[in-house]
Amino acid sequence: MQLSTKHLLGIKDLSREDISLILSTATQFKEVLQRSVKKVPSLRDVTIVNLFYENSTRTRISFELAEKRLGADTINFAASSSSVSKGETLLDTVNNILSMKVDMVVMRHSASGAPHFLAKHIPAAIINAGDGINEHPTQALLDALSIQEKLGTLEGKKVLLVGDIMHSRVALSNIYLLNKMGAEVMVAGPPTLIPRHIKEALHVRVEYDIKKALEWCDVANVLRIQLERQNQVLFSSLREYNLAYGVSRKLLDGLKKEIVIMHPGPINRGVEIDSDVADSDQSIILQQVENGVAVRMAALYLLAGNN
Amino acid sequence: MKTILDKQQLQLTILRLAHQLLENNLSLKDVVFIGIQPRGVEVGVKIMECIRQLFPDEKLQYGILDITFYRDDVRDELHVANTTDIPFSIEGKKVVLIDDVLYTGRTIRAALDALQDFGRAKKVELCVLVDRRFNRELPIQPDYCGKAIDTVVSQKVKVEWDKEAVVLY
Repeated sequence: MQLSTKHLLGIKDLSREDISLILSTATQFKEVLQRSVKKVPSLRDVTIVNLFYENSTRTRISFELAEKRLGADTINFAASSSSVSKGETLLDTVNNILSMKVDMVVMRHSASGAPHFLAKHIPAAIINAGDGINEHPTQALLDALSIQEKLGTLEGKKVLLVGDIMHSRVALSNIYLLNKMGAEVMVAGPPTLIPRHIKEALHVRVEYDIKKALEWCDVANVLRIQLERQNQVLFSSLREYNLAYGVSRKLLDGLKKEIVIMHPGPINRGVEIDSDVADSDQSIILQQVENGVAVRMAALYLLAGNN
Repeated sequence: MKTILDKQQLQLTILRLAHQLLENNLSLKDVVFIGIQPRGVEVGVKIMECIRQLFPDEKLQYGILDITFYRDDVRDELHVANTTDIPFSIEGKKVVLIDDVLYTGRTIRAALDALQDFGRAKKVELCVLVDRRFNRELPIQPDYCGKAIDTVVSQKVKVEWDKEAVVLY
């Protein structure tokens, strides 16, 4: 039993069986994380570099913890404090690191496709920790594990992605994954933040009325407004966005059923989601973070054994 | 194909193992039993059933342990991980590991490593249904043994629960 790919570049390349294998392995790692010694020696002969060309809190800490709990040696690399600022290219940087006998690369980069480029040129296994506006596969996997734990299965569940669909790699990875696992997907948000033709291209429902969208779904995954990636004015102000598309207590209280609220973080409180929703019992935001470590352990474990 | 233990022999052997375990442990208060995933679990369950019938009032502590993440061949072959469920502390307890077939001893080596992460047991013993002696790759021997057999590496030993028999291929 093994993954069909050598790298984890995106959910797009995974089969349904791959996804199930990662999720079931992650469940076993969750049990490991409940023990007093939260560590197994599976990867103690593996060295992993975390290459972060873009800022991150959760993902970087989560990967680092996952690596350490598998017994791997880790090196952390932040582009801002490295020779990248002296003009070294991505490929040179990575080849220099690999010549020091590093086996796996976890990479976040602001350019879409950067890990795919690396995969063509270096022998090490690569895990994409987010590339530009393309994919963030481990986030989609941990979202899936969280939904599965809460609702028992993904099959037939109605999942809503709300907000900045255009600039969200979390949205794209989630859409691929949910479609492969038999869930129904809807995207909602202002028309300026929803790519045209997404309905036909990715087989999702599109809704511009947040109330109707929330009424339809079992789970709402509220996405962050990615101001750093928007180079034109796509809505007039954050306050107006909050009034039109922010997920508020009032909106949720007006629904006929109780839905599950998710958010990949970091949260812009009072913009895409209100504090009293983010911190409520309906929200599984912190469970998502907890599941992140187990899912990343599973991905690293399965890829390391895939030679 | 050769039958090593048929249905009746298998039942008697499991009953004998249960008796031997009770003989060596008059009180089960400080004893815990752990079946090793995947195939030691069923052996453990059968032995627990026997002990329960012999001593219905004894409180049995039975857990299951998966050793996948502790294997020494992770890089050569991927194995699917199974559930680990040890809902009690093993600290200061006597642990009896239960498995179906003892062969190279590598699974037990991994299980001993895994056990350490759950606490410091006072003593660890090993109970197996079948011991393929002379095939060991590590210095590990069973304390309770259903049946010892001589095999060569190319042969396979299987406990078939649906037919209730132990078979040598």
